Parts: sequence; structure tokens; C-alpha cells
Amino acid sequence: MNLEQIYREESGRILATLIRLLGSFDLAEEVMQEAFAVALEQWPKQGMPENPRAWLVSTARHKAVDWLRRRSRFEAKREELQRLAAMEEQLAAEPEDTMLSDDRLRLIFTCCHPALVLEAQVALTLRTLGGLATEEIARAFLVPVPTVAQRLVRAKQKIRDAHIPYRVPPQEELAKRLGAVMLVVYLVFNEGYNASFGDVPVRRELCAEAIRLGRMVCELMPGETEARALLALMLLHDSRRDARMGGNGDIVLLEEQDRGRWHREQIREGLALVESALRDGHAGPYALQAAIAAVHAQAARPEDTDWRQIAFLYDTLLRVQPSPVVELNRAVAVAMAEGPGEGLLLLDTLEHKAELRGYYLLPAARGDLLRRLGQWREAAAAYERALALAGNEAERRFLSRRLAEAQAKSG
Amino acid sequence: MQYLLLIYGNEAYWGTLSEKEQGQVMQEYMDFTKSIAQSGHLRGGNELHPTSRATTVRVRDKKRMVTDGPFAETKEQLGGYYLVEAKDLDEAVALAARIPSVRWGAIEVRPIIPHDMPS
Repeated sequence: MNLEQIYREESGRILATLIRLLGSFDLAEEVMQEAFAVALEQWPKQGMPENPRAWLVSTARHKAVDWLRRRSRFEAKREELQRLAAMEEQLAAEPEDTMLSDDRLRLIFTCCHPALVLEAQVALTLRTLGGLATEEIARAFLVPVPTVAQRLVRAKQKIRDAHIPYRVPPQEELAKRLGAVMLVVYLVFNEGYNASFGDVPVRRELCAEAIRLGRMVCELMPGETEARALLALMLLHDSRRDARMGGNGDIVLLEEQDRGRWHREQIREGLALVESALRDGHAGPYALQAAIAAVHAQAARPEDTDWRQIAFLYDTLLRVQPSPVVELNRAVAVAMAEGPGEGLLLLDTLEHKAELRGYYLLPAARGDLLRRLGQWREAAAAYERALALAGNEAERRFLSRRLAEAQAKSG
Repeated sequence: MQYLLLIYGNEAYWGTLSEKEQGQVMQEYMDFTKSIAQSGHLRGGNELHPTSRATTVRVRDKKRMVTDGPFAETKEQLGGYYLVEAKDLDEAVALAARIPSVRWGAIEVRPIIPHDMPS
């Protein structure tokens, strides 16, 4: 393993421990960088230490003590001096090799604290636990570097000044706070998944990063069914990454994907996780979505898909987490199971929903069902409406192709 | 660590309550205040007169400007505050969530910067 790999894999863990020891994000980041700088210089000459992680933590601790002493020498304010002395004392009191397994949990719960804005939660999680540079986060989320930098600075200031606690929340808050953590992880995943068409590779890496974070939460909280389900959901979606994109960056629909290009190993892992999550009973929204992804993953050919089962799962999901988007997906599943006519009736009931106004997938779904019925003229009208609402380039190209087909057939 | 819990709400709301309802809210406030005093969180607090009694003062170019009303017109107004001692933001938020008018207004939680005050 080289130093770069160690940074990628271990920096989150090292930083989590240093923040606990020092009680400061900024100081922890600074001394960790210094420790890596020392390693970069020493290791090639003296060889890699037996336990690189412990070596890095220990070196960073020494750097922190140096820093505290240096600051104390120039500090005039009494309270500040007391604070520095207290930090040094606390640092000295900790045993040399202290790395608690839940340090990273403390860190992710703090980064995803509801008192921080969601964008800051995402940036801070990727920066600290993912080890992503500010520039990488900016590129991945298509925002200017100074914006991300400012979000990070503000979030760290708020954690420090408002005393956001560095801890795993107590039992009575845990479910809600874990929900916030999972939301951040899933948001990172979706950002990578939905935007991965012919785009900068760093955006696709977000999926891998989200899976890594999801895996970490599962490892550290093995009893949490929904966390396992979220990991399963991400693995199953991500398993289709190579098949869902055409050579020119075009969208390839599930039905038209070359299933031989799905990643089998990832599907196997995802399916096992879904099963174990469902066995625990009382399936939550992630478990149900993962179960739907699992039904698709199990179909060797599109026509083998058990749409009845999918429609049933959407029914259940609708009860757990009512939303018009879920209703739309359910309508499509019903159409596939019972015929396009049934689906169109359901879509009619969704037309007046305010939440779906401006949502291009509603007319796109209508267009698809009409296309299946051979009602080309109506299909073309629906695709036209969808095209006017679609957001990204790949979506528009796909809809344009469908529109052209429908127009040609309707003569 | 000290926090100021700022109680915001629509001033007009109070007038829409019946006398009995107002009495209930006052009682709830008294119970809450007593409870956080007993638990050792309370450091101070006050109810404020409405913003129609407010006066805003500015000094520009050494000239004093005094205007009637609050410094900013907003839909919700500051109606009172508690100063509390809490070990971290989570504890302060838990206290804020128990203030009666949190149910129709909002509580802003602000950490306090400690300064030595002349006594």
C-alpha cells in the first residue's frame, strides 16, 4: 500500500480520532496534514511503520502538542490560555494508541447534524470521512470552489461556537439522526448516479464514495436494518452502471440494457443484504426500494420481471412513505403487470397533483404507455410535453428520439 | 456553555386567543420556567412588550437617529427570551423545544460568547 492509498482509506478514521482528542476540526485537519507530510518524507527512507495508522495518529498528536505550546507562548488572553492548557491536559490523559471504533460514527453524526444546512452536511461528510478535496467536491456538485470552501468554514465554525456535540446520539434520538445520516449518504449517491451521463468521472466516483460510507455505517451499527437496506439499494442500482449508459453517453432504459454487463458480484452482495433486511421484519422505505431493485436484478430478461411483485412493493412503500413520485412508479408497475390501459387510468388521477407539475417523468410515462398501445399521435403529444420539462441533455436526447419515432409512426 | 433562546412569534396571534386560552399559556410558561430553574438551566429571561413599543436608535456621523418601531419589520417578532446554561447545542435545542410558543412560533437558539463583565 502506498501513502496515497493510505490517505484515501485511513484519513477519515485518523481524523475522526484526532477530532475527539483535540475537540477541534481545524486543528485536527491541520495536524493530520502535517503528519502525512512527515510520512511522505520519512517513509521512503526509513520504510513504512508496522501500523501506519497508529503512527500517523501518534505523530499528529505530537504536532498538536507542539502547536498548543506554541500558541500558549503568544497568547495573552486568560480564557484562551486556560482552554489551550485544558486541551493539552486532555491530550496527555489519553492513552497513546486510543482509537475508538465509534470515532467515525461520532464524526458522521456530527457532520450530519440537523443544525447544519444540508449542503454543508454533504460537503463536510465528503471532506472529512471521504477525504475529498474541496475542489473535488465542488466539481462533483457543479458549484464554485469558493462556495464549497465557505460552506465548510461556516459549518466548522458553527460546530465549534454552538457546541454541536461530538458523539453518537442517545437512543431516543438515534432513529431520527440516523435518518439524517442516511439521507446525506443517499444524496451523495444520487448526485453521482443521476448525473453520470458522459460527465466528469469524479461525479461517478460519488457513487463509490456513498457506498463506502454506507458500508461504514453498516459495519459500525450492525443492528440497523435500514442502513443495511440503503447499502443494498445503492449496490443494486450501481451494479447497472456500465449498462445504463450508451457509448455516446445516452440513457439506456432498464428494459433495453445488456444485462450481461451488470456487475454480478455487487448484485449478489446486494441481494443478500436485502434478504437480511427484510427478514428483520417491519420493512422501512429503503428496504422496500431495495426490494424493488432486487426484483429487477433477479430477472434474467426484461420479460421475466415480476411486475406484480413490484406493484405490490410500491403499494407498501406508498403506505410507509406516501409521495406522488412513488404513485407514479406504482402506476408504471401496474401498467406492466396489468396492461397499459390500467396504467393510463392511474396516471389520469395523478395529472392534477401539484407536486408533479413540471415533473417530466409524468408525461414521459404517459408517452411510453401510449406508445405500447400504438396510439402514436397521443404518444407524440405526451413526449412533446415531457421534452419541454426535461432537465439534462441525456434526458432530452432520449425523449427526442422517442418523439421522432412517434411522429414518424403517426404519419 | 450559555445559550440565548429567542422566542419569535406573530404578535397578533396573542389577541386571537380567548382569555381562558391566554391563561393556559401563561400557566404553561410559569410551569416551564419553574422546571428549568429547578433543573439548574435557567440563568435569566424576560417577556418583552410588543414591537409597537419598540424604539430603534442609530448614530451616524455622530448624529443620533431615533425611530419608532423595531429595527426590521418581520412577520414574526421577538417576544421574549430565556438565558440558559446547557452542556451543548443538543441540550439547548431540547430546552427550546419545551417553550410553550414553540408550537405556533419559533425559537432561535444563539450560543453566547463569554465576556468578563464589570460588576
